Amino acid sequence: MDDLYRDYILEHYRRPHNFGVIDAPTATYEGANPLCGDRITMQLGVTNGVVERVGFTGRGCAISQASASLLTDEIKGKPLVEVTKLRVDDVLDLLGIEISPARLKCATLSLDTVQHAIADDPPGGGAPNATRAAAAETDA
Amino acid sequence: MTLTSEPGVADGAVLPAVRAGALDAYAIRDEFPILSREVHGHRVVYLDSASTSQKPRAVIEAVDAFYREYNANVHRGIYEFGERSTNAYERARVEVARFINAPDSHELIFTRNATEAINLVAYSWGRRNIGRGDAIVLTEMEHHANLVPWQILVQERDGDLEFIPITDDGLLRLDVYEVLLRVKPKLVAFTHVSNTLGTINPVREMVDMAHAAGALVLIDGAQAVPHVPVDVQSLGADFYAFSGHKMLAPMGSGALWARRELLEAMPPFLGGGEMIREVHLRRSDFNDIPWKFEAGTPAVADAVGLGAAAQYLRGLGMDHVRDHERDLLAYALDVLPREVPGIELYGPLDVDQRGGVVPFNLPGIHPHDVAQVLDRFGIAVRAGHHCTMPLHERLELAATARASFNVYSTRDDIDALVAGLRQVQTIFEG
Repeated sequence: MDDLYRDYILEHYRRPHNFGVIDAPTATYEGANPLCGDRITMQLGVTNGVVERVGFTGRGCAISQASASLLTDEIKGKPLVEVTKLRVDDVLDLLGIEISPARLKCATLSLDTVQHAIADDPPGGGAPNATRAAAAETDA
Repeated sequence: MTLTSEPGVADGAVLPAVRAGALDAYAIRDEFPILSREVHGHRVVYLDSASTSQKPRAVIEAVDAFYREYNANVHRGIYEFGERSTNAYERARVEVARFINAPDSHELIFTRNATEAINLVAYSWGRRNIGRGDAIVLTEMEHHANLVPWQILVQERDGDLEFIPITDDGLLRLDVYEVLLRVKPKLVAFTHVSNTLGTINPVREMVDMAHAAGALVLIDGAQAVPHVPVDVQSLGADFYAFSGHKMLAPMGSGALWARRELLEAMPPFLGGGEMIREVHLRRSDFNDIPWKFEAGTPAVADAVGLGAAAQYLRGLGMDHVRDHERDLLAYALDVLPREVPGIELYGPLDVDQRGGVVPFNLPGIHPHDVAQVLDRFGIAVRAGHHCTMPLHERLELAATARASFNVYSTRDDIDALVAGLRQVQTIFEG
């Protein structure tokens, strides 16, 4: 029954790590998954090519919130070049649960948003508050 | 054209599923093969009928018989199968027209679904009749199918859209509608029954108001035809669009009904075979209605299935169907707040103004998580924005979960939902 909603997933959902805004972010991006109404804002504080600070805000399902919590733990202190190399499979490994195709976008919203933040806001430039649907999908 | 009889429900026959003037939903359930399946070791509790309905044996068998016994193109073959196929297709048209009490079956055009029916009107009628500054009045509760085609049209033709707002419990503000009609819109288009809130709109009153202001009216009947008696003549509508797949018929079946003089004045929608009378290299003469709007080989088996579904529902009696679903709705609205602590319900409280649609949220739990846990118990509900993003925005909701009923839904299904929602709360509140 609980192969998806394991205790540690629910724990990250109830008390997500790195939840909140950070001071003087160098990159900010708001990602959304229109299918479920999930919306998160990722903020990175990059110094000398290293992600020193990271914070996220927003709301979403247990999978998207737990994924953001786990991912922000993972990238904190990592060189930016390594963060850009993260792939969907890495996020799924962090979650450690079987994700059905229907929920894949929930699981990957945080990574998508981090990567948009990096792409849109290279250190020292870029728009600070870009908003874009990170995963456009209709719900007909 | 002489129409030979294909298998179906005899006129006036009362099905065993109707007893003492009420539906026996348990007997009906047995007529839907898919509902005897198990999901994750549980009996299927299908509560997503507003998205699409399940299909009774009568419909499945009508489609099956078409392909096994007389598959051939329509209006072409001078041979046994071709004649049977044409007869079955045109008989289905008569059956579906009768189901909505259309005065003339030639006013009934087969489409793939309600979306295509609305697009047909937007392209064909709209491009001829909507010009710069012309207004179309819609509502805040429209499904994207009755919103996006009009957005595309007015952007192209430089027209305007106006919207009838809703009250917090999901009723249309007719006082504002009255004011909007002063701009003399060319068209008013609105849903008969809301797919998200279940609101049954006062169609007749709204049609009369529109006509008095000189506007034509298109009704999106996708959520109405499966659930309430629909009589296009007494509603007074000009266009009535609906899908087959929500009314027990195959996916890919649907229809547009419109008054003859409107259809005759409209240019064709799609060009091709079937919709022509004579084709020359540089011009063509178009066929009569309805075929003028049915270019190419139609989905004949699906149309035959739609005819069978209309017959099936007529056999049950749409008054009985409506009574059954109102009873279920009243039960759900009574039991859910009592048995599921904290549940938030949306939509009109008066069951007389509402179809069998129950949108809800459990505070602090995302509807996708609710739906995912319910699935483990074989319970299917919809989670998301149900193709009404502007309505969710208006209600300040990111998403909702939605349970919706049909003829085969039972109180047991609602009890199972209650038990499932308690499990959701146990898991998330730990």
